[in-house]
Amino acid sequence: MVKETSPLEIERNVGNFAYPETHTHDAGVGLSEKTIHYIADIKEDPDWVREFRLNAYKTFMSKPMPTHWASKDLEAIVFDNIRYYLSGGVQPKRNWEDVPDDVKRTFERLGIPEQERKFLAGVEAQFDSEAVYSNIKKAVGEQGVIFVGSREGLKDHPEIFRKWFGKVIPTGDNKFSALNSAVFSGGSFIYVPPGVKVKHPLQAYFRINAENFGQFERTLIICDEGAELTYMEGCTAPKFNTATLHSAVVELVALKGAKIQYITVQNWSSNVFNLVTKRGLAHEDAEVKWIDCNIGSRLTMKYPGVIMKGRRARGEVLSIALAGDGQHQDTGAKMVHAADETTSNIISKSISIGEGRATYRGLVQIPKHLKNCKNNTECDALLINSTSRTDTYPAITVRGTGNSVQHEASVSQVSAEQIFYMQQRGLTKAQAMSLSVNGFVNDLVRQFPMEYSVELKRLIELEMEGSVG
Amino acid sequence: MNQLSIEDLRVSIAEQEIIRGLSLTMPKGEVHAIMGPNGSGKSTLAKVIAGHPDYKVISGTIEMDGENIMELEPDERSRKGLFLAFQYPSEIPGVTIANFLRAAVQARLPEGEELEATDYYAKLYEKMDLLEMDRSFTSRSVNEGFSGGEKKRNEILQLAMLQPKYAVLDETDSGLDIDALKVVAHGVNAMRGPDIGILVITHYQRLLDYIIPDHVHVMVQGRIVRSGGKELALELEEKGYERYETADVGEPAMA
Repeated sequence: MVKETSPLEIERNVGNFAYPETHTHDAGVGLSEKTIHYIADIKEDPDWVREFRLNAYKTFMSKPMPTHWASKDLEAIVFDNIRYYLSGGVQPKRNWEDVPDDVKRTFERLGIPEQERKFLAGVEAQFDSEAVYSNIKKAVGEQGVIFVGSREGLKDHPEIFRKWFGKVIPTGDNKFSALNSAVFSGGSFIYVPPGVKVKHPLQAYFRINAENFGQFERTLIICDEGAELTYMEGCTAPKFNTATLHSAVVELVALKGAKIQYITVQNWSSNVFNLVTKRGLAHEDAEVKWIDCNIGSRLTMKYPGVIMKGRRARGEVLSIALAGDGQHQDTGAKMVHAADETTSNIISKSISIGEGRATYRGLVQIPKHLKNCKNNTECDALLINSTSRTDTYPAITVRGTGNSVQHEASVSQVSAEQIFYMQQRGLTKAQAMSLSVNGFVNDLVRQFPMEYSVELKRLIELEMEGSVG
Repeated sequence: MNQLSIEDLRVSIAEQEIIRGLSLTMPKGEVHAIMGPNGSGKSTLAKVIAGHPDYKVISGTIEMDGENIMELEPDERSRKGLFLAFQYPSEIPGVTIANFLRAAVQARLPEGEELEATDYYAKLYEKMDLLEMDRSFTSRSVNEGFSGGEKKRNEILQLAMLQPKYAVLDETDSGLDIDALKVVAHGVNAMRGPDIGILVITHYQRLLDYIIPDHVHVMVQGRIVRSGGKELALELEEKGYERYETADVGEPAMA
């Protein structure tokens, strides 16, 4: 089943950057049962995983596109033109020295500084569909923390992996979670034992480096009772001239009293369809917090959710979306209250530039029989140009009497006077714009870890430079 | 050559001519005042000097130290040493005064040179003390929720930090009570010296009790109709602008 380097000639737009690809495994274009078997063979999946994939494939085929409520733009995805598996055939590496040079160059170009790597407790970087580099510092490993790729997770730790895999987000949750379940590869598996508080954030960088290649990483994180973890995920993709699909599934499980914080800073190229399902399950006294920054892509549809299953569980989504010209950020949050005294908080800020469009879609559910549940929702939109667009669709369902919800929304615009004022102080128009935008998101960004707020600021600057003529 | 000079300036907005053949020369080291009634085009002049994009310059030139700045962007003019203290300063939500000023000071440094944080804060605190501003000001968002007096004080703080070659103060006295006015005037007077020319635009003579100008110009209907020494301000206070307004200022001189 192992092929040589892809025989397909890929016409690459190297406008940004892309290095020569040497894929020893390539599932070719299109999706069929054969593709599923090919992936399962290459990955030497256990039978239950192959079965899981095949079932998911059937579910995927039977589900309609969600275009009855979502963007028509989804219809532009041609599933037959997508390549569902590519791999360098390289085993995950533990030492930086072993990572191939062209991969290192890519990381350099992405601006991952040497010091940052040292600071971070573990780095798991995904290059195409396999993790080519993964490393956990000794200290974390000694605490019993497992931080590996999803493939190693299901092979080496089946007792934990199988218990939770596909339980927070069932295969049939939506068409794209089904697709991911059928063809997933890469992503992280993390288990933090009871009471262990991981001091430094664990981090993964993702990147797409093959045209028409969908990246379907699958991440499962379990924090056992009283454990704490921060996980950071950063995504940047080089520019390609035809549509690329990214469809990840991320499941978080916070057992009693555990805390998980999951941070994403994404900067996809403007032709990527980014359709991601992210959900956390919070048991009694547990907390799941999503910090989600979406920059770039053609269309992003992502609504991180928390199911508060145990008493006093807490869920939080802090999100920032930046929609540039021709981009649509359809993002939001889902908060499902399923126990008494659960609290959730949603703060969403969006910025629309040029003809960019930002949509907030929120779902908050508090059923009738619950008591003392609270939700707070704030969504603020900033419009840069008169052609920019924003929409808000909050769906808050609160039944019963002992619960409280708050909802606030605002739309503001960067005014010409504000820009002139800043220019008069010596800032260029682009600098003035990015300072305004940074000011708008500032109170939210302050809650981010230092290096991510710096990175986000830099991304906003780059975006604003490009948008000012 | 060491002067801000405006030559036969004509400016319109929405087809209406607001500045109608204005000429003015302010040497570096001097303080000039422009006084005039409402609607005489004083604030328009201030904005046009700074390069506001809404106004259409029909003809004329503005030169700074002999360099024509008409084609320069507002930020380029600023970095060349021009400062405008706004009558209505904009709010910048979420951007602290410390960060905003730091970006402005940084913008003046040569490419690749980083502003030294300790030097910056030392200078910032020194200027804030001068203007009797509390240190907590630095962490407030620029002009957001500021009183009229705080906004004006913030303008003068920026003036003091950026140390321009030429400063235009547009109605800096409006909205200030007498105590705030004295503080602001004290800040401006501390800046005076051979390296800066200051153009004070005001409707009332009051500010000029505290910032004593070297020259006073009367602006009516888009032109300077009279220039004189500081005593001219007192005369205007006493007699008003009426006689300039009723007088037939006629067609612009260079029509």
